[in-house]
Amino acid sequence: MLKSFADWFVFTIIGLASGSRSGEALNFFIYDTIKIFLLLTTIIFVVAIIRTSFPPEKTKRMLSHKREYVGNVLAALLGIVTPFCSCSAVPLFIGFVESGVPLGVTFSFLISSPMVNEVALIMLWGLFGWKIALIYISTGLLVAIVAGIIIGKLKMEKYVQDYVWEMQVGNAEIVQQTFREKLIYARDYTLELLKKIWPYVVVGVGLGAFIHGYVPADFLVRWAGRDNPFAVPVAVALGVPLYSNAAGVIPIVHALMEKGMAIGTVLAFMMAVTALSLPEAIILKNVLKNRLLFTFFGIVAVAIICVGYLFNAIL
Amino acid sequence: MKIEILGTGCAKCKTLYENTKKALEDSGKIAEVVKVEDIPSIMKYGVMSTPALVIDGQVKFSGKTASASEIAGMLP
Repeated sequence: MLKSFADWFVFTIIGLASGSRSGEALNFFIYDTIKIFLLLTTIIFVVAIIRTSFPPEKTKRMLSHKREYVGNVLAALLGIVTPFCSCSAVPLFIGFVESGVPLGVTFSFLISSPMVNEVALIMLWGLFGWKIALIYISTGLLVAIVAGIIIGKLKMEKYVQDYVWEMQVGNAEIVQQTFREKLIYARDYTLELLKKIWPYVVVGVGLGAFIHGYVPADFLVRWAGRDNPFAVPVAVALGVPLYSNAAGVIPIVHALMEKGMAIGTVLAFMMAVTALSLPEAIILKNVLKNRLLFTFFGIVAVAIICVGYLFNAIL
Repeated sequence: MKIEILGTGCAKCKTLYENTKKALEDSGKIAEVVKVEDIPSIMKYGVMSTPALVIDGQVKFSGKTASASEIAGMLP
């Protein structure tokens, strides 16, 4: 239905020729923008309601004194549903380790929470289809679990800033919300998030539409195709400064994939955009000494690069 | 009455502070409103997501902001 609306609008109302470059680009832009905003509004709202049942205080209790492996898996899964904002990363980290959540388990949570987020998933599902979205969730969880287990095995507790261990942490009671309060929260959260990301979505889809209409089909095969071994690490490095713009980056990457960027490279790039962020690293510096901070970043980067090579090889 | 706004200086913390001020103005109640920005004091309340609203030492909510009228409803 959306497709026929976009066709009707572009080819009949505006009168551009079907098959022309400008017509195809505009058609692509209108179709994708409407589809993405419909998906975003519904799913962010639903996810926000689910999240009201998983406040971080509750997640912390579930993870406290869990053993490795089981703890890492649980932490990565809870990362999907527990609301997380990098501005709360410090109190969250201190709350976790102080209440006896093992360091490696805490990291599984910290990696999965921003990476497997609803905006990235909606954009992937809407543009690439559910298979790619599912591959992204499962490999994202795997990266979080494995990286957390490795950090746990390295016994790096002494590289957490010393004051963290001496801090007195109170026990906040979990405030129960009524269903009405949950709905209000979800509505406000959805509006707030949409307000924040809509310009990125429009610009991203616009650039994607331009690439779709004007860039030759095999343009990127040589540089970003599966035969270039440097494509994956370069994509990961480029993803680091693009933090928090998953909404704008995914439509561009979708168009680049049409022009020959390999799927493993695409996945690695998107994981780097969401999981490796400079602002988060700067915030985490308050609780981590350099050695642990670099280890964390290094392990996640290597894991993401492995994911890239793996999917370039098998898909 | 003492109201504390816990938060490390994010945009939402500012909104919550302003809405709290407005809630007091609208309801004509008097309270001391303090911004608590240092981590040890925030952690003492066990709050892990900011901003949070504390009235007379009791955490009313955390990880979100609220409108002036919602806050007014929470004032004793």
